[in-house]
Amino acid sequence: MISTKTSGLGAFALAALFATSALADGTVNIYTYRQPDLIKPVLEAFTAETGIQTEVLFLDKGLEERILAEGENSPADVIMTVDISRLTSAKEKGVTQPLIDEKLNAELPAEYRDPEGNWFGVTKRARVVYASKDRVQDTAITYADLADPKWKGKICMRSGQHDYNLALFSAAISHWGAEKTEEWMKGLKANLAKKPDGGDRPQAGAIAAGECDIAIGNTYYVGLMRNNEKDPKEKEWGNAINVLFPTFENGLTHVNISGAALAKHAPNRDNAVKLIEFLASHKAQQVYAEANYEYPVEPGLEPSETVKAFGKLKADTLPLADIAKYRKQASEMVDRVGLDDGPSS
Amino acid sequence: MGQVASVNSMGSRKAVDAVRPPRHPLLRSAALLVSGIVLLPIIALVFVALSGTGEDWPHLVQNVLPGSIRSTLLLMSLVAAMTGVVGVASAWAVVAYDFPFRKTLSWMLVLPFAVPPYLAAYAYGEFLHFHGPVQGMVRALFGFQTIRDYWFPDIRTTQGTAFVLAAVLYPYVYMTTRVVFLMQGRNIADVARTLGASPRRVFWRVLLPVARPAIAAGLALVLMETINDVGAAEYFGVRTLTVAVYTTWLNRNSLEGGAQIALIMLLLVFVLLVAEQWVRRRQRYHAGRSTQMKVHPPRVRIVGLKRWAMPVTLLLPILCGFGVPLLIFGQYASRRMDQFFAPALGKALLNSLMTATLTALLAVAVALLLLNVVRLCRGRGMIAVVRLASIGYALPGGILGLGLLFSLARFDNTIDAFIRATFGFSTGLLLTGSAAAVVLACTIRFIALAEGSIRSGMEKLPAGLDDAARSLGRTPVQSALSVLLPLLRPAILTAAVLVFVDTVKELSATILLRPFGFNTLATHVYENASRGVPQDGAAAALTIILTAMVPVLLLSGALMRDAEAHL
Repeated sequence: MISTKTSGLGAFALAALFATSALADGTVNIYTYRQPDLIKPVLEAFTAETGIQTEVLFLDKGLEERILAEGENSPADVIMTVDISRLTSAKEKGVTQPLIDEKLNAELPAEYRDPEGNWFGVTKRARVVYASKDRVQDTAITYADLADPKWKGKICMRSGQHDYNLALFSAAISHWGAEKTEEWMKGLKANLAKKPDGGDRPQAGAIAAGECDIAIGNTYYVGLMRNNEKDPKEKEWGNAINVLFPTFENGLTHVNISGAALAKHAPNRDNAVKLIEFLASHKAQQVYAEANYEYPVEPGLEPSETVKAFGKLKADTLPLADIAKYRKQASEMVDRVGLDDGPSS
Repeated sequence: MGQVASVNSMGSRKAVDAVRPPRHPLLRSAALLVSGIVLLPIIALVFVALSGTGEDWPHLVQNVLPGSIRSTLLLMSLVAAMTGVVGVASAWAVVAYDFPFRKTLSWMLVLPFAVPPYLAAYAYGEFLHFHGPVQGMVRALFGFQTIRDYWFPDIRTTQGTAFVLAAVLYPYVYMTTRVVFLMQGRNIADVARTLGASPRRVFWRVLLPVARPAIAAGLALVLMETINDVGAAEYFGVRTLTVAVYTTWLNRNSLEGGAQIALIMLLLVFVLLVAEQWVRRRQRYHAGRSTQMKVHPPRVRIVGLKRWAMPVTLLLPILCGFGVPLLIFGQYASRRMDQFFAPALGKALLNSLMTATLTALLAVAVALLLLNVVRLCRGRGMIAVVRLASIGYALPGGILGLGLLFSLARFDNTIDAFIRATFGFSTGLLLTGSAAAVVLACTIRFIALAEGSIRSGMEKLPAGLDDAARSLGRTPVQSALSVLLPLLRPAILTAAVLVFVDTVKELSATILLRPFGFNTLATHVYENASRGVPQDGAAAALTIILTAMVPVLLLSGALMRDAEAHL
């Protein structure tokens, strides 16, 4: 764990001014797009079980570029990130290495890992519809319905260029083809209540405020909002909405994953493998489910009570690699349709 | 054209050479080396951009650029107009008029500088949100129930973003302009007044032109901050060119395309700067030589109830740029007092202080070196290199950081390969992923601030000063150290504080380049807030604002004492 001792001027100069490559035995270095707080419970459990210390570097962009630039000297052992496209992009950019591991292959369903072992999905989340408890009577909805004029002026969402929305649109392209998806996106744009902005949570806030009736968002945010003891406002938002599981024509709901990958030049390879195995283990899966309100990838393991209350998730079986494949196309479509301009233009 | 110009300058340079002492090869090479390091990120980005195929451009030209150029230009014009009016008017008000709380307000007007734009944007999002205090009051007052019952201006627009940016950026204009009004403007103004010009006429016809270089310098900083902002624009869903750089890079997997857009933006900024410089080249004589009067010309005293109009008006920009963010984060932090006692916060504060101090020292040293070499050598090439060196400020921090990352990693890996081949052991990554890289990135990013304020300080010095010292037998370097440095003290202090504060606020380059476990206050906020819950980083956000506030206030006080002592 990161030392909590306050270091003085000298320590700053010595320890930090020049790169300390954390190569010591019993360490594993993690480059992550996931917020440190979110992975902390799991990592603490890992250290408690194995005695291996974790060093975490959180980046918001450029993680792959940093590993590429560092080359063979890169201290990164494990890459942790959300969104399937970022996992496949890490593989394509050559910052991961294949890991064929019997334990992992036995524990993780094939659809949630790279066939060549370059990445492993460790949690999943569904992209669902938040519906106003007061104003929406519908108990079921499809993704196609989001373009139905009956929702005109009633839908809120974050930027169409955000990873989570791009993954949803890519899934739509795989199901419907580009042409139909573009028509659908135009309909969705026409139904927006306001210009897309902010994150998923504020969309629930917008519903609570009466700005819109439904919104597109990830499942775990609802869990985080409803259980937010520090901010009564968020609790109110979480409780103002119902979760509806929208479906494609196959009756299944779009899911995305968060995952881990073994870094190309991992200096502590053994520890890195141990960490990835741990993330897939029953214990870690439970921590993820309870602390973060994510869905475990382990078959048969129940999500937390909060998440169970949403109803039953039937996850789409579309190969995740397909979703990543259409990302660029989806991003261009968002620009072409002008989704982020909002309903007016 | 270019050839003719260079022949001319060569000719005149030769004439000067005859009487000048020999060049300073050591200083010159040092300056070139330093400029080279400062330009590293841009050079790396040029390589990245050139490696692209240009396949992104049909899409960009058709669907992205028209809109993002429009919103960027609109944003820039609105921010420039607002910061220009507020900055100049408030500077004039505190210099020319006497009213209650004048002194207090004149330092408080600098406070919004302590607030990073991304925090201000978040604070306004909350403040003006349906569930925020303002709309709550509106509903309570008029008995509205839902959002559909009334109209309320939307902050999440280009105009709204411009307002938020202007609210925290106007101090740049206020600071640069006030100094000129204090040091130079008054005596000219008094002459004009004795010649029968009305105060209003004096302001428009005499003072504004005199202050123009200072206003331009302030606005240039404001505009570069506006261009490189991504936090506020993204949060409010405004698609500027900088946002387009990031979507091209991250969502369409084309770093090359992103670098191409970024470099075109940089070129535009460079043209703007050069044009401004060129236009005001002819005006230097009016402004530069005025001597400072030692008499204290009286401020216009406002009497009656009207005198309260001034402080109330001046309080507005302070409330907008500082009061609102302080209120919002103060409120959040008060609900999470435990955050203040987290060891992580103390560590982040310490890291921020160390990084900012080192960066300020380094940036001032680099700026002094470059400007002195320009002063001594006066070559056009040198001037161009120095101007170019400060352009990095207009680059989005994350992109600049990426350019530096590539350069540093290349450097480290080359050394490592060499040592491995020669001595058989590895040096690993010396600079990449170290706090030194963070300090270097911030220095490069904010060198414009140091260079700008020291240069304007140098411009204000009488031209013969240096010659006088040298005619008394001092070498150029001695004269720089013993004569110029002491006189430049206020300018150097300003430079150091500006760089310090901006480094405390810096986020994007730091987050990309830092080592394991190294948090500054800004990255600490971001780590806690990246899930869209800045409340979780409220204590650190508040600490950023307070940490930045201290040097801002010290500076403001020091400058005021200096300036008012002159009068």
